[in-house]
Amino acid sequence: MGKTLVEKIFDSHLKSEPFEGTKVLNLDVVMCHEITTPIAIADLEWRGKDRVFDASKIKVVIDHVTPPKDTKSAVQSKILREWARRYNIRDFFDIGQNGVCHALFPEKGFIRPGYTIIMGDSHTCTHGAFGAFAAGVGTTDLEVGILKGVCAFRQPNTIRVNLRGALGRGVYAKDVALEVIRQLTVNGATDHVIEFRGEVIDRMDMEQRMTITNMAIEAGGTSGVCMPDGVTLDYLWPFIAEEYGNDKVKALDAFKAWWSDEDAEYARVVDIDVSTLEPVATVGYKPDQVKKLSELGDMKIDQVYIGSCTNGRLSDLREAAALAKGKKLAPTVRGIVAPATTDVYRQAMKEGLLDTLMEAGFCVTNATCGACLGMSNGVLAPDESCAATTNRNFNGRMGAGGMVHLMSPAAAVASGVKGALCDPREIMGEVTK
Amino acid sequence: MKTFGGKVLFLDRSDINTDEIIPAKYLTEVKKDALGPHMLEDLSLDGFDPQSEKTKDASVIVTRANFGCGSSREHAPWALEVNGITVVIAINYARIFRQNMFNCGMLAIELEEAKIDALFAMANDDVGCAVDIENKELTFTTSAKTETVPFSIAPFDEALVRAGGWVEYADKNL
Repeated sequence: MGKTLVEKIFDSHLKSEPFEGTKVLNLDVVMCHEITTPIAIADLEWRGKDRVFDASKIKVVIDHVTPPKDTKSAVQSKILREWARRYNIRDFFDIGQNGVCHALFPEKGFIRPGYTIIMGDSHTCTHGAFGAFAAGVGTTDLEVGILKGVCAFRQPNTIRVNLRGALGRGVYAKDVALEVIRQLTVNGATDHVIEFRGEVIDRMDMEQRMTITNMAIEAGGTSGVCMPDGVTLDYLWPFIAEEYGNDKVKALDAFKAWWSDEDAEYARVVDIDVSTLEPVATVGYKPDQVKKLSELGDMKIDQVYIGSCTNGRLSDLREAAALAKGKKLAPTVRGIVAPATTDVYRQAMKEGLLDTLMEAGFCVTNATCGACLGMSNGVLAPDESCAATTNRNFNGRMGAGGMVHLMSPAAAVASGVKGALCDPREIMGEVTK
Repeated sequence: MKTFGGKVLFLDRSDINTDEIIPAKYLTEVKKDALGPHMLEDLSLDGFDPQSEKTKDASVIVTRANFGCGSSREHAPWALEVNGITVVIAINYARIFRQNMFNCGMLAIELEEAKIDALFAMANDDVGCAVDIENKELTFTTSAKTETVPFSIAPFDEALVRAGGWVEYADKNL
């Protein structure tokens, strides 16, 4: 019997199996941000174990509330900053270089096929787009990871999602992610990894793939993974060329060794023809409550938010700006764009994307998680609703009493222009993908 | 090992997420005790009052499926623990929340749906729950009756609970 990509990673990183089915893995990367790490640091200090297993394998960013909004968030940043300095953690990103962790760390070339990665953040599943096993964990797992470089998992089975066909006009990676969640439901992939396969994934760039793997957790998945291919290789090449002696063939062979075997065993196989998909949005407090935008009645919105680890990357801002060009937000709508990283911000500025969005009436903020989880930079008032490119629509997520509708950047812009949830094809006019 | 058992709080809904257990706006706290007053503050459930005596007196939560979905925040189990709740009983959990419970040396017990239904049938009464880890039994007591329900726990999860959590376990064994 062959093995899946994740089974291969588990086998190659196995430290011990203290009980049947529980595997302690050696970690390649431990990622830290200022919300979930400070309590781990404090606990390690309290236990007299204030040390790190390998400073070169720890990546640190201040991203959730940055620049700080109040004393408490400033203290969290300070704890993380001083800890990174104390242990000489070189890969530490503060104001001026920072960005949303799951956009920033791939951009810096920290993710490689076959890696094991944990972070105290549920959207860590994003990094599986590179053919890694990347899982969100709590602060205690993070603490042991920092101290000993290991983490224990029940070995997950894999659900294979085959995506075939071609995306229609106005349909994007986000619509595919939401359709997968709708079909699997919010806990259909619990204790499983979702393996995204097929011609649709093959044709996608890394940013689109990350949009899809990012939302694996919304179906309960431990991680989402894609097979590392030529697209992955091109993305990573500036960081790995030397390691492979400038030999792309050699590198691609190494990547392909991680691929799931032809005869690997899957817990479930789901086939989706994306040609039949239409632009969608969530309506409700669960990410599997997905509706076709064309079938919704008049649902007014108060805010548009474009950003987050799901859809705040450069291609998302290009998609948003293409649709916003020459248009204005409805007077009843506030528009907020938070480029996911500092580099995305700068590149979007150079390309004129921010100017286009500002011309349409958007406010551009610095790179931060901010409003996505209702911490800063665009919190909703009770009874307000937001067309958002984020990943969670839970009750109160963007502010107590608020409603979040998840959708693609194009659909969010279209909704902002109309002042109500809107199928992007309605306002695309001559704009073509 | 922590102490387990006491009065039961019934939360009759599936998919209760970690944002509802502890909203993100409190994640800037760096002391666990500060989370206490905000436990279940945003829970969307008819008739539920996070400030009621019943909520404050609880040591055990009985709920439906996929409890703790969403964010990885360990602030969710911490918010429960600082309010004296160290046991959750549900049909199943989101993976990260379940692991966080055991990593803190707390219990996330899974019972099949029919058994959970039977527990909810008692919910109009005041219900107490005793936890016997040795014999893997839960004993539910109301003014009218006493009912014993067996449960199972994965060996690794039991080892974490007995050690007092993952840091303690890893310290001794890794």
